[in-house]
Amino acid sequence: MADTTIPPVLETRDLHCTFQVRQGMFKPKKPLHAVNGISLKVHKGEVLGLVGESGCGKSTFARILLGLQKPTQGDVLIDGQATSAFTRKQIARRIQPIFQDPYSSLNPRKTIGTIITLPLSVHGVGDPASWRGTVERMMDLCGLPKRVYDSYPNQLSGGQRQRVAIARALVMQPEVVICDEPTSALDVSVQSQILNLLQDLRAELGLTYVLISHNLAVVEHMATSVAVMYLGRIVEQADTDTLYHAPKHPYTEALLASVLTPEPGKGVPDAQLGATFPNPINPPPGCTFHTRCPKAMDVCRKVAPRPLIVDGAEVECHLHDDSIRSAA
Amino acid sequence: MAALLEVENLRVDIPLGAGDLHAVRGISFQVDRGETLCIVGESGCGKSLTSLSLMDLLPPKARRSADRLAFDGIDLAKVAPSAMSDIRGNRMAMIFQEPMTSLNPAYTIGNQLEEALLRHRNVSGREARERAVHLLEKVGITGAASRLGQYPHQLSGGLRQRVMIAMALMCGPELILADEPTTALDVTIQAQILHLMIELQKEFGMGMILITHDLGIVARVADKVAVMYAGQIVESGTVNEVFENPMHPYTQGLLRCIPVPGKTRRGEPLGSIPGIVPSLIGEMKGCAFANRCPYTFEACLTTDVPLFETGSNPNAGRGYRCLLSEQQCIENAKEVA
Repeated sequence: MADTTIPPVLETRDLHCTFQVRQGMFKPKKPLHAVNGISLKVHKGEVLGLVGESGCGKSTFARILLGLQKPTQGDVLIDGQATSAFTRKQIARRIQPIFQDPYSSLNPRKTIGTIITLPLSVHGVGDPASWRGTVERMMDLCGLPKRVYDSYPNQLSGGQRQRVAIARALVMQPEVVICDEPTSALDVSVQSQILNLLQDLRAELGLTYVLISHNLAVVEHMATSVAVMYLGRIVEQADTDTLYHAPKHPYTEALLASVLTPEPGKGVPDAQLGATFPNPINPPPGCTFHTRCPKAMDVCRKVAPRPLIVDGAEVECHLHDDSIRSAA
Repeated sequence: MAALLEVENLRVDIPLGAGDLHAVRGISFQVDRGETLCIVGESGCGKSLTSLSLMDLLPPKARRSADRLAFDGIDLAKVAPSAMSDIRGNRMAMIFQEPMTSLNPAYTIGNQLEEALLRHRNVSGREARERAVHLLEKVGITGAASRLGQYPHQLSGGLRQRVMIAMALMCGPELILADEPTTALDVTIQAQILHLMIELQKEFGMGMILITHDLGIVARVADKVAVMYAGQIVESGTVNEVFENPMHPYTQGLLRCIPVPGKTRRGEPLGSIPGIVPSLIGEMKGCAFANRCPYTFEACLTTDVPLFETGSNPNAGRGYRCLLSEQQCIENAKEVA
């Protein structure tokens, strides 16, 4: 495990992000807590998997980490330094994103060479004469042939475009890479190539990843630890083995039960979650998951659960809170 | 008794400036009542065009031809457009991929649900509305009556997909074509929707063709599987046969590509299929997979590969399109596992 004396390469402390959402023309604005108190630590070389349904705040969280969105409260720390003191450019040197859709994240009017060179010229790294060599080395590392240097994105396949996006993210040699659904727009045979590439690059360049994905099989394969997000909060966090073999939170259990592995004869599981993802503007009182939880108790409807450490996992659920259970 | 849907040697060609694009190159399959056929393949392999061609919804330039295209004994290749309109949405219905774009944003849910029934059946508006409410409840939508007046943008993605399913069921179809019905949804909703589709299919005894790229869905939902590559079916059979003894190198490659919790070792490289899909424009020679296959030998590049039938039961439709001997394929599969 990571040495605890070295500060984590990426840390968030009680991060909040609240949007004011207009409900109608004459109605007052209401707060939407997209990120509602997230504290996480990622050590160097780790891969943190972040899973949750759409609308749970994963992408807002990623935008805050990248410095694209200001948190309303709380801090993001890189190597123990708060990024609120950094400029956008300083953050970008250390944290880079890889987005989901390689079709819309590359400028169609720029050549591949220009796209990958852009970070170097923006940050004024080294001598412009050396850029071409740096970019070509990066392209080689990402499995792109040199001949595509002068090609345009529309001449490349989906897998190649994602390689370009990876090369662009890594050319600045960042410490942390935020991968937001890096393979969900790709075919299975291409997905495995990209996942292998990300693993190789991590070993070679000593990178740290935050991997956001709804594909739990991919997360299990890549991540060293996993955080499960529900309505702006981390409801369970543990290292990958613990989380997949002994899930504590009923939501984690339901997510894991919904994974369709290629094993014929097992049928489609019924996750028993009900259809309704609650409206984040009017979150349910108490535990926000109680409306869908098959194990909800009376207390869940009134009191929000507190963070607990259970068998090496951090969980927010009354089921594991002895003081609540003995009272109930 | 003949199968509900019989397709023999279906071809779809799209004329382009540079020559014809042979998107679907002679595929054959059958679907019975109460049976689910999954067509699996990567993007561009022709799986979506196959379903559109069955519904006669191809883009205007595309040409369809087939030796046999029979739905419940009706020859779909010869049927007049007006008669096809009577079948489409009535006896054959389709569930499209993206509920965000395939519902009309300018009409209410109720309007769009009732339309099919009013078009095909001689019913009153009230009867159509009752049927719509009944089906919305069936697909697990609460407050169904009040939903009828809502517009698509007022519903979440999961609800919209449920509306799409209810819409396909309005006339009680005998065959459902579902093109990636859960791709845009979260895993939890995906499991619920698939669960629902299987239940409804059993209840109404419908035949179903499910098109997907997700091998996990195929394994859990299908009775029969057809693996498509470059416009051809390269392997077919019952779901157990295809997953337990994959014969074709492409099927074997696909199964190696996906991480499976508990089976693939964490952090270890996944299998991959090098290279890219060949262009389908113009004439092709030899096996379409030859440029990516680890077992390619000379004959693969020159011989057009037929679909070899195998398996003990000739009606099961077990077949594979590979020049390697059956024994060799089985041994390759063992190496994979």
